[in-house]
Amino acid sequence: MAKITYIEHDGTEHVIDVKNGLSVMEGAVKNNVPGIDADCGGACACATCHVYVDEAWREKTGTSSAMEESMLDFAENVEPNSRLSCQIKVTDELDGLVVRMPESQH
Amino acid sequence: MTDLTAHVVILGAGHAGGTAAALLRQYGHEGPITLVGEEPIPPYQRPPLSKAWLKGEADADSLALKPLEFYAEHDIDFRASTVATAINRGAKRVALSDGSEVAYDALIIATGAHAIALPIPGADLAGVMFLRTAADAEQLKATVGPGKRLAVVGGGYIGLEVAASGRALGAEVVVLEREPRLLARVACETLSDFFRSQHEQHGVGFELGATAVAFEGKDGHVTGVTLADGRTIACDAVVVGVGAAPNDQIARDCGLETARGIVVDLEARTSDPAIFAIGDVAHRPMPIYDRMFRMESVPNALEQAKQAASAITGRAPPAGETPWQWSDQYDLKLQIAGYAFDVDEIIVRGDPASAKFAVFHLKGDLVQSVEAINSPPEFMMGKQLIGARRPVDKARLADPSVSMKEVAA
Repeated sequence: MAKITYIEHDGTEHVIDVKNGLSVMEGAVKNNVPGIDADCGGACACATCHVYVDEAWREKTGTSSAMEESMLDFAENVEPNSRLSCQIKVTDELDGLVVRMPESQH
Repeated sequence: MTDLTAHVVILGAGHAGGTAAALLRQYGHEGPITLVGEEPIPPYQRPPLSKAWLKGEADADSLALKPLEFYAEHDIDFRASTVATAINRGAKRVALSDGSEVAYDALIIATGAHAIALPIPGADLAGVMFLRTAADAEQLKATVGPGKRLAVVGGGYIGLEVAASGRALGAEVVVLEREPRLLARVACETLSDFFRSQHEQHGVGFELGATAVAFEGKDGHVTGVTLADGRTIACDAVVVGVGAAPNDQIARDCGLETARGIVVDLEARTSDPAIFAIGDVAHRPMPIYDRMFRMESVPNALEQAKQAASAITGRAPPAGETPWQWSDQYDLKLQIAGYAFDVDEIIVRGDPASAKFAVFHLKGDLVQSVEAINSPPEFMMGKQLIGARRPVDKARLADPSVSMKEVAA
């Protein structure tokens, strides 16, 4: 279990307890947190679950696969701390994680 | 006038209906929401049923759009195992299969589509299956395994995904396709040939140009598929994947305008302003192609759920989208953007033999659609080009040494 803070583009915060094994995307979607669309449901096929990982958490959330990297490369408003949240698996290690949402997923 | 306290009734608890209910709450709707679903479980994702789920890589909880508690917590009255039997537009009431009636201020029809059955002898034998619902997938998963022989009727995307998953589960698989090539309705020959060769490498057998005329059975269970040429292909189970048809009868019965589905506008509104239709059941405008058609895809279901929820809550409609879909088979990731309408030229970028290439369908110098195999840049950039209706330099597009960013620049 990890407590994850999702921050919408307008600053609205949602603090959610997310079970281990789920993705950071699923933690948002299953709790109706706005701002993460996840059209493909986690297949790394759409880049609509884009988040910015808080600097302090970049190492613990790991690195992107080649596929994720390639999808992100063409998403809007990409920053060095951009990730696809469907590709970050939740573990106890991520307790306290903070992610921010871009203005739009499309 | 927007009334955030209106009673919204949603018929159909699939990806479209479930998403509409959740978005209405996200968008601040305060009134009652009734979500009526035919299946015994709350809304879930269908795409993994033929992919990760069938192979045992995803469980029921992970398929659910939201946990069951979500509906009560958000004051959404979820009625499982229930269907609407009639809509009384004058009284704004819907009759349900449990004998009750619900009144609505706004009604969303999200009844989806059903798998088309083959009208041939033996179609009711045990072991002749479809893949549409979680229950269908449970049955299929319990049936296929090492040593079992699976016949897939229909060489479309569902059929091929089932074939790939069947092989992953250790079954012998043969695909029977009526047309002379796979994916005949939806893809070009390059892609058809590519998928055939990939599946053959994974041990799938094919009978192309083969029309199934009967299912043979013993003791009520299927034992084979007889083809028009007289041969019988022996099998222990059959999956029929020959397309889907919209569940729009209830709309026809109450006089809503229909075509190849329920006719709607860009707010997902039907010919009755109090009634919306979304997802597989809707026949909708798609401005980038300047035409109307019916789509069967999750992105379309989500988009139209946004359109209807926005219209009901008085929000600005979502920006126009570019339709897209995806398929996973073995280690192949196929991403498709757009639809190949009015195409006069096909450009293959990359080498199919490398299993990393993209097929661009053009009308003049406009990209109409792209099918990208293991090629996210081609998909992502192609999707943007389709949406922008921006001409491309075809020679550069055909040259993989020119990056997609440069092609689009």
